[in-house]
Amino acid sequence: MISGAEIMVKCLQEEGVEILFGYPGAVICPFFDKLYDTDIKAILVRQEQNAAHAASGYARAMSKVGVCVATSGPGALNMITGIATAYMDSVPMVAITGQVRSDVLGRDVFQEADITGACESFVKHSYLVKNTADLPRVFKEAFHIASTGRPGPVLIDVPVDVQQGEIESFEYPDKVNIIGYKPSVHGHPLQIRRAVEMMEKAERPIICAGGGVLSSGAKLRLREFAAKTNIPVASTMMGLGTMPSDDPLFVGMIGSHGTKAANIAIHEADLIILCGARVGDRAVASPDQVVENANVIHIDIDPAEIGKNMKTTIPIVGDLKNVLSQIVKEVGYRAPDEWVTHIGALKQQYKTAPVSFDGFVEPKSFLEKLSSMLRQKAILVADVGQNQIWCANSFKVSDGRFFTSGGMGTMGYSVPAAVGAKFARPNRDVVAVCGDGAFQMSLNELATIAQNHLNVKVIVMRNTVLGMVHELQDFHYNSRYAVTELSDIPDFCKIADAYGIGSAVASTNEEAEAIAAKMLKSDKPFLLICNVHPNTPSK
Amino acid sequence: MKYTLSVLVENHPGVLSKVSGLFSRRGFNIDSLAVGITEDSSISRMTIVADGDEYIIEQLEKQLNKVIPVIKVRTYSSNEFISRELSLIKVNCPAKQRLDIMKIAELMDAKIVDVSLNTMTLQFADTIERFETLVDLLKPYGIREIVRTGTVAIEKDSVVSRK
Repeated sequence: MISGAEIMVKCLQEEGVEILFGYPGAVICPFFDKLYDTDIKAILVRQEQNAAHAASGYARAMSKVGVCVATSGPGALNMITGIATAYMDSVPMVAITGQVRSDVLGRDVFQEADITGACESFVKHSYLVKNTADLPRVFKEAFHIASTGRPGPVLIDVPVDVQQGEIESFEYPDKVNIIGYKPSVHGHPLQIRRAVEMMEKAERPIICAGGGVLSSGAKLRLREFAAKTNIPVASTMMGLGTMPSDDPLFVGMIGSHGTKAANIAIHEADLIILCGARVGDRAVASPDQVVENANVIHIDIDPAEIGKNMKTTIPIVGDLKNVLSQIVKEVGYRAPDEWVTHIGALKQQYKTAPVSFDGFVEPKSFLEKLSSMLRQKAILVADVGQNQIWCANSFKVSDGRFFTSGGMGTMGYSVPAAVGAKFARPNRDVVAVCGDGAFQMSLNELATIAQNHLNVKVIVMRNTVLGMVHELQDFHYNSRYAVTELSDIPDFCKIADAYGIGSAVASTNEEAEAIAAKMLKSDKPFLLICNVHPNTPSK
Repeated sequence: MKYTLSVLVENHPGVLSKVSGLFSRRGFNIDSLAVGITEDSSISRMTIVADGDEYIIEQLEKQLNKVIPVIKVRTYSSNEFISRELSLIKVNCPAKQRLDIMKIAELMDAKIVDVSLNTMTLQFADTIERFETLVDLLKPYGIREIVRTGTVAIEKDSVVSRK
């Protein structure tokens, strides 16, 4: 006989899960108890939301399903923001929650919450498991759904009696059979041919790379495509890292917080090739205007994204990795050099010198400098707010990665996501950059960092205000700083000290660079506080 | 414009809420939704009548297709399907009006399923247009209650085979 809890653990082993992030509670105890006997690492975070963010950071760094676990009721509810964050950024994740006994479900017992109901709109799929015997099939399906097609989070809610229940034996299915779920992975050959023909006629083509390029593992394919065709590449925030920042074909980030050159280029183009980009409102504010003079080829694994935000001339549904290979094989086109030169000129023309303040760190030049100090394949996790924009525009990615909460814009994402990324890639530099607002939403994870001796570096851009909204108030609310002043509380170094983590404060770029150089040499976690002037602009 | 969508789904608990939730959270307006199992008991069919333009209906189809237990989505265009709705209409009916209402019922092909001292209940299964005609005819007598199932639809073979 084998218990449900043991089955759950075996399923994770079958799926090759090596680590999960969680927070226990009474009704998930049977599972954690069985997990205790295995090699799967269970990392105790300090709040459930961070379990999901950590699993997300891990998933993105490993290109593998991240797993997070919480108990019923408040535990599961706390995890929602993390799950929704992963959903908006299409991160493969399996979230497991304990649930109250199935015979008392719906009676509002202690720590009961309808978590499958609550998560309905931000999971790719969810299960409330009523029979122990269903567990192997459910786990098999969940991992399959989370990691195939357009990736996303899948929730498995398991009542405690289902974990305790026993069945004869464990057998893991080797195949899934979900009749309604068969994502297409190859682009339709006819559409590919039409797309290639359309390219031939283009005079001002541009590729717009989104997060889908990275989640499909098509980064090198896209670089090959751009190099072969001489087509310039702009990127959305989620697509940053697709092209090396210093590549002459890279135009920059588009959108309300992107570069002027990239936005002009998109508007001037006569052919836009969207690759795994859903062109959300922050990427292209007025898509109708953009498509007025341009044809659009949209490649995406999710057919629902095609035509949702931008009118499409040629839709291609499929996995970018395959579609780009198909296109590269057929295409013989090269974009005119004048167009590429013109874009190079735009980049030069709109280069702005950052505004600096005496006695404060200028974040953009510091981040640019930091990029050159990190080792190859470094992972930078940006939080949300002004720090996100500074990082997105100034951090130079070459062969490393840039993670951030792009879709949901969840403050507090960076530190726990960096924790997950570091567990995934222990030999790479992992740096979290956040503001003093976001940092205070997840500084409790310093405990997870310290407890696990994780070499995560945290850089806090401390401007004593909620910078992004503060700036908005300057523009639109007559500089009335309603509820955006954080003050200089707390002393972050004392907090770091309490966790046994080294720290230092920088008030000039020279200081910041010197401290960064030193901290990057050490294999210990470190907290670098950069004093930033509250009036430092986002762009 | 009104569109009729026919959606095949796996017959699992929770599927209905997944589908109906989609409508509200994506801001789609739904006129009616009827669910029942098909010739295969593991599969249900939902017939949805929704209001919107071409863009909305295309989005709706695509979003429905993303719901894992949804097997197939079809949007019917006006000529290729037969649709029916079952309704029960309770109308005021003192003894002296019984004959009038019975005449209307006969004329419209409605069935009288209950008669009391002061009311009569009609059962009617036809298109929405015909239903509206019946309601217009009954209105002067005072309608007490109307219960409708929502539209169900099936593809016309006669049209398809001629294509």
